[in-house]
Amino acid sequence: MKKVGKQEMMALNGDEAVAYAAKQSDVDVVAAYPITPQTIIVERFSEYVANGEVQTEFVCTESEHSALTACLAASATGARTFTASASAGLALMHEMLFVTSGCRAPVVMAIANRALSAPLNIHGDQSDSMAQRDSGWVQIYVENTQEAYDSIIQAFRIAEDVGVSLPVIVGLDGFTLSHTLENVKVLPDDVVLKFVGVRPLPNVLTHEGKSVPFKLDPENPMTMGPIALTNYYFEFKRQQEEAMKNALEKIQEINKEFAKMTGRGYGDGLVEPYQLDDAEVAVVCVGSTSGTLKTIVDELRQEGVKAGLLRLRTFRPLPVEALRSALQSVKAVAVMDKSLSFGANGGAVYHEVRHALYDNKVHPTIVNYIYGLGGRDSSTSELRRVYEDLLRMLKTGSVEKPVHYLGLRE
Amino acid sequence: MSREKSWKEIAPAGVCSKSSVGFMTGDWKTYMPIRDLEKCTLCLTCVMFCPDGAIRWRAELGKIEFDFSFCKGCGICANECPTKAIKMSLEQE
Amino acid sequence: MTSTSQEWKFTTKEIAEKPDLFLSGHRACAGCGPATVLRLIMKATRGPTIVTEATGCMEVVSSIYPYTSWAVPWLHTAFETAAANASGIEAALKVMRKKGRVKDEHVDIIALAGDGGTYDIGLQALSGAVERGHDFLFILYDNEGYMNTGIQRSGGTPMGAATTTTPAGSVIPGKLEAKKPIAEIMLAHEMEYVATASAYYWRDLLTKVRKGLEVEGPAFLHVFAPCPRGWRSDPAKTMEYSKLAVESCVFPVWEAVNGKRQLSTPSKLIALAPQKKKPVNDYMKGQGRFRHLFTPQNQKVLDEIQRLTDERWEQLLKKCEPV
Repeated sequence: MKKVGKQEMMALNGDEAVAYAAKQSDVDVVAAYPITPQTIIVERFSEYVANGEVQTEFVCTESEHSALTACLAASATGARTFTASASAGLALMHEMLFVTSGCRAPVVMAIANRALSAPLNIHGDQSDSMAQRDSGWVQIYVENTQEAYDSIIQAFRIAEDVGVSLPVIVGLDGFTLSHTLENVKVLPDDVVLKFVGVRPLPNVLTHEGKSVPFKLDPENPMTMGPIALTNYYFEFKRQQEEAMKNALEKIQEINKEFAKMTGRGYGDGLVEPYQLDDAEVAVVCVGSTSGTLKTIVDELRQEGVKAGLLRLRTFRPLPVEALRSALQSVKAVAVMDKSLSFGANGGAVYHEVRHALYDNKVHPTIVNYIYGLGGRDSSTSELRRVYEDLLRMLKTGSVEKPVHYLGLRE
Repeated sequence: MSREKSWKEIAPAGVCSKSSVGFMTGDWKTYMPIRDLEKCTLCLTCVMFCPDGAIRWRAELGKIEFDFSFCKGCGICANECPTKAIKMSLEQE
Repeated sequence: MTSTSQEWKFTTKEIAEKPDLFLSGHRACAGCGPATVLRLIMKATRGPTIVTEATGCMEVVSSIYPYTSWAVPWLHTAFETAAANASGIEAALKVMRKKGRVKDEHVDIIALAGDGGTYDIGLQALSGAVERGHDFLFILYDNEGYMNTGIQRSGGTPMGAATTTTPAGSVIPGKLEAKKPIAEIMLAHEMEYVATASAYYWRDLLTKVRKGLEVEGPAFLHVFAPCPRGWRSDPAKTMEYSKLAVESCVFPVWEAVNGKRQLSTPSKLIALAPQKKKPVNDYMKGQGRFRHLFTPQNQKVLDEIQRLTDERWEQLLKKCEPV
């Protein structure tokens, strides 16, 4: 991949950036249902369809459950598929998320991360896709609208790689990213087309004894989605786990390839360290708040504090090795969670980072900050206080409390 | 009895690897259909109604063939035969 | 009809010689009505066909890994999704044909579901897919209960039937609600072709499947398919019950082309000669699921069933073209 020449600058909000990336990626079928704050994705895409700017079948399904099902079935027929959802819509898809992964359909889905009911809340937090972390989908979370655009394009390559063949979620924070206008460097159409290519299909052995491309095709009948009893089910699940392992490699590969082409790489694709080399205190964060934290790190560094940030970009598969090595010399870590796993002593990211670090010989102090639930904004001073807490904990040698609620009215 | 395959050997996503014509359901039956060929008019009603496709019209032989490796002994053929050419009887060895 | 409908003519021998696309070796019960229905349906295919199915008896018995009874491409995803699957497959083929990625030929798509995957959990996806106008044929094989999970009641279970969730108890004698008029509901969607069929009248069934496939757009076929296990009936009598249901007007057979409804021959004969109409008791008395009704305290339920059957039959006669 040679470096692309001029990249046009467009003012796009996160949803628009996602729609634009999908537009350029030669998607065959989009089956979707609107839900705030993803609506702009489907609206923008339907404009492209209505104006003949894309060769895509756009199916306005009657619910998200059917949206994902139609994408899965289209994918099973050999098509490249894309959809988007959020919050309750993603929750409604829950059953089909597992089925899509089990059927090894490389559907790409943008999630404009939003809080789950009840009570109803339309604003941004990450509880929707965090709650689906067991479903067998790759999960990549972006920091800004540029990365949203870039990651959708990358997602098709990651999902469709024959050794992966898993569906991919790209998460962008609701409203903070989905509805915020930012400068986005877009690639020329032909460059994106070349990058995503034509969807490759793995070969499978069918009941006719033939090894043929994995798709529904009257020339080569195959049976997809059977019932597998106690003597086979386990093996299929192990295959999915192996696919996740392959995804770990593939994400890094694609990130590198994309960086070479565009000049934009996101860490190693899995984690993005910021001023972490000699950091004593660090925050681990998923999503857009990382941007704000980077500014705070710069401030602290000016003041002589050895502060750093690790942005976790790929949540599934969990990059255990990358986390381990990135944080190995940090003394105190605060993990930010924009979601809450009720009754589990903290949020998902906190649990998993602790798990990743457990086998290290030296354990840093690790604490959890639950923040931003239901779209509650965190001010820069509140976020700075996280670092101040970490410094104090290091000084006093006491953890105070493992789980904090940032910005909650106690 | 062949060893069942490991996770590395089977096709992903559960694409079925064998046709069910390799799975004989004939040992399910208790009763089996016995035909009186003299009464049979070759109307082929039994061929149409068999849930298991175990009754076949062999055009090239001009014969109706009962495949007992799939017949489950339901008795629909006997019940529907217009000339009562089929009787269900307890399966003999 | 969309295409010039020269009605498909076939001889019994031609059908019998056509290789089965729903293969032997499936694990359905002996005497299974839906199994015969599926075998027959697949005889009416006319070219490249893809079948997608909802979770249910026929799905489970025909796809126990590693075995499959399907000689055509076949997809199952979940219980409520037959019509949503069909939507996705249809959309994919449409666009890939345009892009030259698949052969430029028509592929028939059949969505198959039981009464569970149609009346109840599958109704949303079905209604949505029909409203969107996808080109597919939805076939409901109706055995009047969630049979695969153990004979629980569905919206298609008829009044008075005992199921495991509407058991014949000392206080409540089975299911009290009437069978949901699913074909009427689908007719209200203003589809080009809606029809009902019963396996005993297999020529009628095949003709209707073919007509449904020929529609360029959605079509719906409701097929009556007795379940000896769930109905506690003699497995040998499955086809006999398919006949009695029509003769007693419990399940009339008709077809509606662009909303114009006509009785099909087996029901037409009864409309022309009402003395041939059999009492519902003749249909119900051999079935274990209705046995509890044949007691003095439940006579009123039997009466209500006869009354409702008669009422629906009269309404149907009014809605159909005159015989």
